[in-house]
Order: sequence, then C-alpha cells, then structure tokens
Amino acid sequence: MGRYIVRRLFYMMVVILVVSIITFGLMHAIPGGPFSREKALPEETIKILNERYHLDEPLWKQYVSYAYAVLIPHITTIPPSTSLQDDFLVNAQIGSVWFRWMNFGPSFKSRSRTVNDIFRDNLPISAQLGTMALIIAIAIGLPLGVLAALKQNTLWDYFGMGISILGVSVPVIVLGPIFVWVFGVALKWFPPTGWGAKPPYLFGFLPSKLGWDFFKYAIMPSVALGLGSSAVIARLTRASLLQTIREDYIRTARAKGLQERVIIMRHALKNSMIPVVTILGPLFAALVTGTFVTELMFGIPGMGKYFVTSITNRDYPVIMGTILLYAVFLVVANLIVDITYAFLDPRIRYD
Amino acid sequence: MPDLLLDVKGLETQFKTPDGIVHAVNGVSFGLKEGETLGVVGESGCGKSVTMLSVLGLIPSPPGKVVAGEAFYFGQDLLKMSKEEIRHVRGAQIAMVFQDPMTSLNPVLTVGLQLVEPLMLHLGMTRKQADARAVELLEMVGIPKAKDRLGDYPHQFSGGMRQRVMISMSLSCTPQIFIADEPTTALDVTIQAQIIDLVRRLRDELGMTIIWITHDLGVVANLAQRVMVMYGGYIIEEAPVKELYFNPSHPYTLGLLGSLPRLDEKGRHRLTSIDGVPPVLYEKPIHCPFSPRCKFAVEHCWKENPPLDDVTQGHRVACWVDTKTGRER
Ligand SMILES: Nc1ncnc2c1ncn2[C@@H]1O[C@H](COP(=O)(O)OP(=O)(O)OP(=O)(O)O)[C@@H](O)[C@H]1O
Ligand SMILES: [Mg+2]
Repeated sequence: MGRYIVRRLFYMMVVILVVSIITFGLMHAIPGGPFSREKALPEETIKILNERYHLDEPLWKQYVSYAYAVLIPHITTIPPSTSLQDDFLVNAQIGSVWFRWMNFGPSFKSRSRTVNDIFRDNLPISAQLGTMALIIAIAIGLPLGVLAALKQNTLWDYFGMGISILGVSVPVIVLGPIFVWVFGVALKWFPPTGWGAKPPYLFGFLPSKLGWDFFKYAIMPSVALGLGSSAVIARLTRASLLQTIREDYIRTARAKGLQERVIIMRHALKNSMIPVVTILGPLFAALVTGTFVTELMFGIPGMGKYFVTSITNRDYPVIMGTILLYAVFLVVANLIVDITYAFLDPRIRYD
Repeated sequence: MPDLLLDVKGLETQFKTPDGIVHAVNGVSFGLKEGETLGVVGESGCGKSVTMLSVLGLIPSPPGKVVAGEAFYFGQDLLKMSKEEIRHVRGAQIAMVFQDPMTSLNPVLTVGLQLVEPLMLHLGMTRKQADARAVELLEMVGIPKAKDRLGDYPHQFSGGMRQRVMISMSLSCTPQIFIADEPTTALDVTIQAQIIDLVRRLRDELGMTIIWITHDLGVVANLAQRVMVMYGGYIIEEAPVKELYFNPSHPYTLGLLGSLPRLDEKGRHRLTSIDGVPPVLYEKPIHCPFSPRCKFAVEHCWKENPPLDDVTQGHRVACWVDTKTGRER
C-alpha cells in the first residue's frame, strides 16, 4: 500500500506538470494580455509593465522562472518583506534561517494582492463551502437512495426519485435566489448573504469556530450547491443497492435466517457503496471548484470569482495558481477514492 | 403413510416478466421422510430451484410469487408463516446450499464472520464461542489450518474450498433438512467427488435429511434413496432410486437416462440430450408439457395433461402411455 501511494504521488506530479504546461501555453495563446483595457493604455506604459513582470521574455523562460518560484524552496536569512513579489505560501523559521516555499506571484488585476493572498483568504471559504455541500449531498442522497431501493416501486420510491430529479434539474442559479428570498428575506431564518468564518483558519482552511455563527451562513448555500449532487448520489445508491440485493450472497444471507436489517446493513450496503464512492472523488472536486455561481448568489467571498474572472482579465499568475490548485485537488481526491476502495473491497490490493 | 418431515402440496410459483407470467412451478406435491435423501433431477429451467426456494420463502419478490400450495413442516405451513417466523426456520431447521460457490459468499466480509452469523443468531452463542465452533466446522469439512483462515475473505479460497465453507455454514446449526441445489455443478470432477463424499460422511454422522438437486444421475444413484424427476414445473415421475433406474416409466425419464445405467458399474451419467428444449410456460398447458418432444405421444397427450398417478407402490408417473407397450394405459 505504501509503495502504491508513493507511485501514485509520482504520477500525480507528472499530471500536474502536464497540466501546468498546457495551462501556461493556452493562457498565453488567448489574444490580449493582462494590461489590455477597453480604453487602451499608452503603449509606453504597457511596455514598462510587461518589462516589469517579465512578460517580454520568451515563453519558455517565463515558464521556467514561474516553475522555479513555485517549486524551489528559498532558504535565506533575510526575513519576509511585504513586497508583493516576495510572498511565499510556506514560511518556516529555523533559528535565523528562513525556509520559504511556493511563490505564486502577484495578481496583475487586484494590484495589492498576491495569488497566495487569495489562497489564504478566499480558498478556505470555497473549500468550506464545497465540503459542507458534499456533506449535505451525502446526508440527503444516501438515505434517500437506500429508502427508495428498499421500498422499490412504492410511493416512497417515486417520492424520493421525484425529489432527486428535481434536485438535478433545478440549477443553483434558480434555487439560490429562491432560498435567499424565502429563508433569508421572508422567513429570516438565515442571513441572506455572507459567510461566517474568518481568518485565521485551522490548518489553513478549517473555520476556527464551528458554531451557529458559521452554520447560519453556511447552510443555505451548501444546500443549494449540494442538492444536485445529492440527487446524483441518491440515484446511484438506489441503483447500486437494487443490484446488490439481487446477488447470490444476499440470498445466502436470507437462507441463514438473518434479519432484514442485518442483511441490508451488513451484507448489502458495503458492497453497494463501491460505485458510490467512485463518484464521490470527482463529485467533491466538482463541488469545490464549482462554487462560483453559488458564491455569487449568496455574496460569499470565496475563490470562484478569482477563478472565473482571472481568465477574462488575463491575470496569468491567478489563472496558473487556481488551475494548479484545482488540479492538485482533483488528483488527491481521486487518490483518496482509490485508497477507500481498498477498505471497502478486500479483493483490491495495491502493490 | 409414515410421518413426513416435510409435506409439500400443490405448490405453484409464478414470475411476472415483461413477456408475460412464467409458470415456473405448477402444482408440485412431494413428501420427505426423516433421514432419507431425495434426489431431484431434470433439465435446466424445469423448476427444481424455484420449488425449493419457494418452500423456504426465498423467491425474489417481485417478480416471483408463490400463488398456491402448502408446505407442512412439523405441522406448520411454511408458506403461511410470517417473515419473522420463517426466519427462525431458515438456517436453523432447514438449510440450503446453492449452485455457485463463487458468488454465494459475500466478497467483502470475512469467512469467519459469515460462519459465525447463524451460530450467534440461532444458537445464541457469543462471538468467542462461535469463533471456536466455526473452526471446528471448517475442520469438519476438511479445510486445513482452519483457525488461521477465519480472517480470510472468500476470494482467498478456491471454488471447492468455498463450497466446503458454504456447506459447513449451512450445517452449523445442525438443521433437520439440508437442501443442496446442484452444489457441485460449478466444480471440477475430482472436487465434485470430494464434496459428495463429504456430504455422505456428514449425513451418516449427523443423520440429516437431504434434498439433493442435480444434473448428474450418477450422483443421485450413489446418494439418494428416492428420486423425483421434474419437467416444465411438474413432477413427472417419482420412485425409489433403483426402481427408477431399472424401470423408468416416463418418456422423459427414459430420455434422461439415455440407456439404462448400470448401477453395478458405478456408471456416471450426465443427462443425455433430448431433441428440443424444455418450455418456458407462459400459460399452463392443457396438454402434457412434454408432448411436443415426446416420441410416444398419442392423441390423448395433446388433449389432457396427465396427473401423477401410482403405477406401483411408491412409484408415481404422469403419463398416459405405457412406455413398455407404447399403448395408452
Ligand atoms: N427471477 C426470475 N424471473 C423470471 N423467471 C424466473 C426467475 N427465476 C426462475 N425463473 C423461471 O423459472 C423456471 C424454473 O427455473 P429454476 O431456476 O427453478 O430451474 P432449475 O430447474 O433450477 O434449472 P437449473 O438446473 O438451471 O438450475 C425457469 O423457466 C426460469 O425462467
Ligand atoms: Mg437451479
């Protein structure tokens, strides 16, 4: 298992490398640059800016210096400055020596911030939102799917699957405003907009206090974001469980005289969770990276805005930073899924 | 009539399918005496499994349904029992082993856990007692190093070993009746022989009553005292094993036997093929279900389905024709 993980980590690095090269190439291939404006800036100014950010250099050289700034640790006795060029994600001090790592560069657009600022302040909020949405998706989807399967072709089944069809077909862009208006404005159960957690975050992304102050903001957007996924989980769980209870070993369990509850919980569920876990990885990644619209609807200061606007703004460092981060996130999520498999299914052994 | 351990009367089971209602079992009646081994033979799809599953209430529903019949076990009708009542019969009083050992064990649970389940459930053992008993059971069916294997998963066992595990599991609560549904069909010949020897040994040790479903007439000759031949969801012949082999009276049985097997030579006979295939019955036939494939069929066979009647003491046949003379009886 250990060797398997090491090998997977190596493949992951290759994947990230390829993603970074493709992204780098593509974003420079889009016409226009970070300093193109509707009302064009004087050519002189653009030239100076390009020189300042080394955008006048050949592409390969730009890529190499980018990779260097991100990958190669910076070991120095000079303490961190407030310069936007000098902002590293990891800053560890050992004695008088600073170990500093991962400089994703400044944002071209938000002139006073760096990509690392976005990672520190906005990314955790998106991660919290995505995680909450996943929890909600599972909490609603799993029981709904199991119930629908156990009560196949009864009102429960039709009801559950009806809800789930509604869940996939109503997008956040419709659900969001309805939620805001009904629960935020009319009923006043939740604040209509905003987010409860503020920096500093635990481990860099967890809210430091998990109380009502967090949940009163989080519940509405998480449900809005997670509902579609809960429908996906419910349908898959139902289909998978229905197939599992037709298996021979379930008949064996029945022939032993086991209680129906034990048959489902012990003999059927674990088997039927295998396909469900498969989609959990991509689903989680999609939730965390797909927060843009939800954040817009509920006025949440997450990262979605930067992710989307960075592309129209040609904000190269932000494009690279966010895409690389999401890529890492996706491959890690898939690795976790594969490891979870081994726990669910003893036939799977990695080595 | 001696007291019957299991007395099945007029059992009918149907399946609702998109193509129509499949009449899988059509009024099957048979009795099982304590201590005897009853062989059930017939081609694929003739309703052997469905008959036994119906008795135990294991028909998947939907699409299946037992629509008529009674199955008395110690004076109680198994078919009228509540889910809770029949649960206490399954595994504890009547145990069943299935055709395919590769799919009959749960792949994600350890063999040990699957073995102790019935022990803890029906005999009220603690996990520790059950574990100890599970080791004994595995040793009884000839699994080496049984103690080390409790924590193993089914995929770590070979097909023959898995069937041994299945057998030890179904015998764990010393059931009155042991139903074996083609337990050796999926295994290779030497393993088959080992499993059959094992069952014979266990039968003699534990004094079990057995229903043995098979395609292999040689096995039946070796193991059973009485044989029941099924076709199209009907029992078409039933007799003590020697009587059936020496004096087969239904054209279908004759076809199955091909020629008379020589018991003294321990001849092992697979079912010989009969032209055509067994029917899937979407409605109950008014004629004999075998007549389309029957060499002996006379006009009467196309008009009326023959009932299962005694020809001699203990030998029942459902046929209008006397196959010895070729004339209607
Ligand atoms: N789940 C089901 N749905 C529909 N029809 C079924 C189902 N199970 C069994 N049948 C039908 O019932 C009939 C009898 O099947 P059964 O399994 O009892 O045959 P069998 O004698 O055990 O054959 P085999 O030797 O292949 O095991 C078949 O015609 C089959 O098509
Ligand atoms: Mg069968």
